[in-house]
Amino acid sequence: MTAIGLIFRRELAAFVRSPIGYVIAAIVLCIDGLLYNAFALGGRPRLSAEVIHDFFYFSSGTTMVAAIFLAMRLLAEERQMGTLVLLRTAPIREVDVVLGKFLSALVYLTLITVATLHLPLLVLVNGKVSMGHLWVGYSGLLLIGSAALAIGLLGSALAPNQLVAGVTGAGLLVLMLVLWLAARVADPPVRELLEALALHARHFAPFMDGVLHTRDVFYYLAVTFFFLLCTTKALEARRWR
Amino acid sequence: MIEVSDLTKLYGERRALGPVSFRVTAGDVVGFLGLNGAGKSTALRILACDLLPSGGDVRIDGMDVVDSALAVRTLVGFLPDRPPVYPEMTVAEYLRFVARLRGVPASQAAAHVADVVSLTHVEGVLHQMIGSLSQGYAQRVGIAQAIVHRPRLLILDEPFTGLDPVQIVEMRALIRGFARQHTVLLSSHNLGEIREICDRILVIREGRLVAHGTEAELTSHMRGHVHIEVTVRGDGEAAAARARALPGVVATQLRRDAEREGLCDLAIDAETDVREALCRDLVSAGLGVLRLDRAQRELEQVFVELSRGDGA
Repeated sequence: MTAIGLIFRRELAAFVRSPIGYVIAAIVLCIDGLLYNAFALGGRPRLSAEVIHDFFYFSSGTTMVAAIFLAMRLLAEERQMGTLVLLRTAPIREVDVVLGKFLSALVYLTLITVATLHLPLLVLVNGKVSMGHLWVGYSGLLLIGSAALAIGLLGSALAPNQLVAGVTGAGLLVLMLVLWLAARVADPPVRELLEALALHARHFAPFMDGVLHTRDVFYYLAVTFFFLLCTTKALEARRWR
Repeated sequence: MIEVSDLTKLYGERRALGPVSFRVTAGDVVGFLGLNGAGKSTALRILACDLLPSGGDVRIDGMDVVDSALAVRTLVGFLPDRPPVYPEMTVAEYLRFVARLRGVPASQAAAHVADVVSLTHVEGVLHQMIGSLSQGYAQRVGIAQAIVHRPRLLILDEPFTGLDPVQIVEMRALIRGFARQHTVLLSSHNLGEIREICDRILVIREGRLVAHGTEAELTSHMRGHVHIEVTVRGDGEAAAARARALPGVVATQLRRDAEREGLCDLAIDAETDVREALCRDLVSAGLGVLRLDRAQRELEQVFVELSRGDGA
């Protein structure tokens, strides 16, 4: 636990001290604001719940992209700078490194996500907002962000540099997203399987409507666990090379 | 301290190291000598538990580096060829982070950091960002991180890379200081540094250990004879004659330099190290001995021969 905490604090400080953390936060908040104003609010009268629904739909996209950008540097940058050897020769396990880095990125992603809270609250000016809807929607954003971070972290563990890490992470993420497209051309039972595995379509839709299903929560936690496990194994395997 | 038997490392089909076997006793300062790609760094990284061996047995303090990796890592301090430093941290923050990472309790971390700061002379840059330091200071911080947890075994991969002559002298003194408390293993291309610092030398070529021993053992073993160079003031012929009269001396060669009036250089080839007897004899004969040493280029020639495979 000590090792996880040490790595967590160092990584979080690195996000706060480096320009990349601020750049990612600024871009995400800017795009979230533009999408909210242009599409979620729109130019015509809409129900408050519809606005909130669309806000979470667009925010899920920016959250996943932010997660990939935050995750791509976590291990690939250490490899590029030659500091990974410091962690590999310390008396700590690979899983400590992975968890410390993942949790720091998750906290930073949470801060960025929470900074968008004023957008749905603007609905209060002319409408009504269910706090339950917001709680569930933000929980969904953090869960899908957590899964995207884990996917990006695997890309970072596999790639020799940050650019390749970003591309690898984005590729894996898109693959997980478009499974629902593949499901449309597949026959049962493969169709059900692909639909169930797709990252966004079936599992995120209830969060946008303010509906919380434990199966969806479990799905995102399982995806996160699976990719963190793969990342840990990828780091362990690198000791043979 | 270190027992290595039949250690091998394969990268895919390519054999990068081994099989090699050697032992290092506690308190030794051992140098790995070899050309680029010879397998020095691979061997050191396996000993530092960074890489896993493909075969063989490596034990540090009786513990296997594969089965007891976490325990072994607490005993080892490692400086890779590039100091593993985070540019956005200050030196103080970084050393405290590494101390804690390597298992030093929070209550003792400050004392450990203060010790290594004093040892490596980085007091003046303690609160500077590491990214703003010169390469020499970054290398010192690299050394400091390797010893901050007071390891019993210190492994240094090319510690003199990128340092200027003044920094090399300082680094040499630093490593010599560690040798009193730590077992030190270092690799270098620089024969002079290896000669200055190490008690024993391991020569690696194409992943195999082709020679090991002290400098004297290596040169004597490889070249059969000991080569001595003497600079004397006075009668060079008389000095050569006295040298030839000593038991074990095989040949002498006298060189006079017209620009250095009254001085001459004598090259001596002997079966044993006759420096002490020679010095005593020349001085008793009233000749001024300005310099007396083993030939400077001797180890270099041995290294070249071993690296080419001429002597293996």
